[in-house]
Amino acid sequence: MIEVIDLCKSFGDLSVLKGINLKIEQGEKVVIIGPSGSGKSTLLRCLNCMEDPTSGKVLYHGVDLTDMKVNINRQREKIGMVFQHFNLFNNKTVIENIMLSPVLCEKRRMRQLRRQNMFGKATTKEPVKTSKQIKEEARKNALELLNRIGLADKADVYPSQLSGGQKQRVAIVRALAMNPDVILFDEPTSALDPEMVGEVLEVMKELAKEGMTMVVVTHEMGFAREVGDRVLFMDDGKILEENTPEELFTNPQNPRLKDFLSKVL
Amino acid sequence: MGNFDIKVKRFIDVFINAGAYNKVLLGLKNTLIIAVLGLVIGILIGTLIATVRVLPKYRRLPRILNGFCSFYVSLFRGTPVVVQLLVFYYVLLPLMNIKMTSVAVSVCVFGLNSAAYVSEIMRSGIQSVDPGQMEGGRAVGMSYGTTMMKIIIPQAIKNILPTLGNEFISLIKETSVVSFVGATDLYVAFNYIGSNSYEFMVPYLVMAIIYILMVLIISFFIKIMERSLKKSDRSH
Repeated sequence: MIEVIDLCKSFGDLSVLKGINLKIEQGEKVVIIGPSGSGKSTLLRCLNCMEDPTSGKVLYHGVDLTDMKVNINRQREKIGMVFQHFNLFNNKTVIENIMLSPVLCEKRRMRQLRRQNMFGKATTKEPVKTSKQIKEEARKNALELLNRIGLADKADVYPSQLSGGQKQRVAIVRALAMNPDVILFDEPTSALDPEMVGEVLEVMKELAKEGMTMVVVTHEMGFAREVGDRVLFMDDGKILEENTPEELFTNPQNPRLKDFLSKVL
Repeated sequence: MGNFDIKVKRFIDVFINAGAYNKVLLGLKNTLIIAVLGLVIGILIGTLIATVRVLPKYRRLPRILNGFCSFYVSLFRGTPVVVQLLVFYYVLLPLMNIKMTSVAVSVCVFGLNSAAYVSEIMRSGIQSVDPGQMEGGRAVGMSYGTTMMKIIIPQAIKNILPTLGNEFISLIKETSVVSFVGATDLYVAFNYIGSNSYEFMVPYLVMAIIYILMVLIISFFIKIMERSLKKSDRSH
């Protein structure tokens, strides 16, 4: 589904990624581990072009995201992302946070549909929804999602009134509301109190069970072992080892990985 | 200070009986016109400049515009407003053969001048919003413009509005130099009273009180505004 070819990224003189090749299949859970500064977050952010790669290609369903002619916003609608610092919209309530982008997307689709109908080029008989209907649908969907994470009672609250764990769960649900094909997690539990790590990991495990494709940068080795189909170990801008979690954790080959694991496990 | 009540009497005599209050009212009107219209022009042009300055600069056009805007800002912030007034009124207008009343010139100059300050207020207001907000918006597929309009600018306005109020206060005070180009403002009005009653102590005192009252009233409204802006969020 996602294919990374010879990806390099440098910030000024600092070269962060030095030729990454990676293939992620539908339904796969890939966990990226490594010391800080190894480039794992940068790699993740390159997957949806949050950072523009310096060279190389990122193919998503065969579309090169690094191509300037590709409308990156349309592609990102199907690539969810969850951040270390949540990045919920502070000026919107929880439910508005979740609804905002789905409503905008649906409105745009309806505009296209109306245009097609006008010129008699309609391919489907789909009825055009009014913006009220769109909003109601999005609200229903958002409430359902909030129910799933047990935060339906917080729907009309601003993010500043939520705990870190609650914020991150809402952020995950916000990504889910777009019906993404894949969700990228950028250290989703690193900014949380230890108490709240569990509730976020629980939501992520549930997602994994449902078959969501996930790419997770994390320091939670337990999670990597339990959920990951494949674990990548990165250091100094390169993938040094990649294997199933059992193999990688019990039988590491690379000396740098051995050293890393001896420190974190 | 024994003759202070005589001075007050003389002031009242000129102020009411000789009809100088008309001149004071005209001065007050001009002061407010220049400050309000100046701020409005400042906000209009300042918004344009701030927009150019926060745009991402991958392409050439935004970079050229940005260079032009930062030149404009440093030009107007780097010279005193009196100098700008004089240059406008005595250099630029005669050169271009344009006739304008001195109040109109003052409105233009204060508008252009405050545009430079307002653009900086807006730029720093926008840039003080957490960059994560932009990332959050882009990650759910919203474009740069949509994220700006729906997420960044509503948050930036909370930082910007109170500071714009302060800009208005300083505009009101700065208008006291428009007499350099012959516009009647509060200073001219009270100076007129002073030279007619041969007595400057009371007129200038009253002038100071009027300025302070205006500023106090405006700061009162700014405080109310700040409080109502804070209500919608607790910790940010």
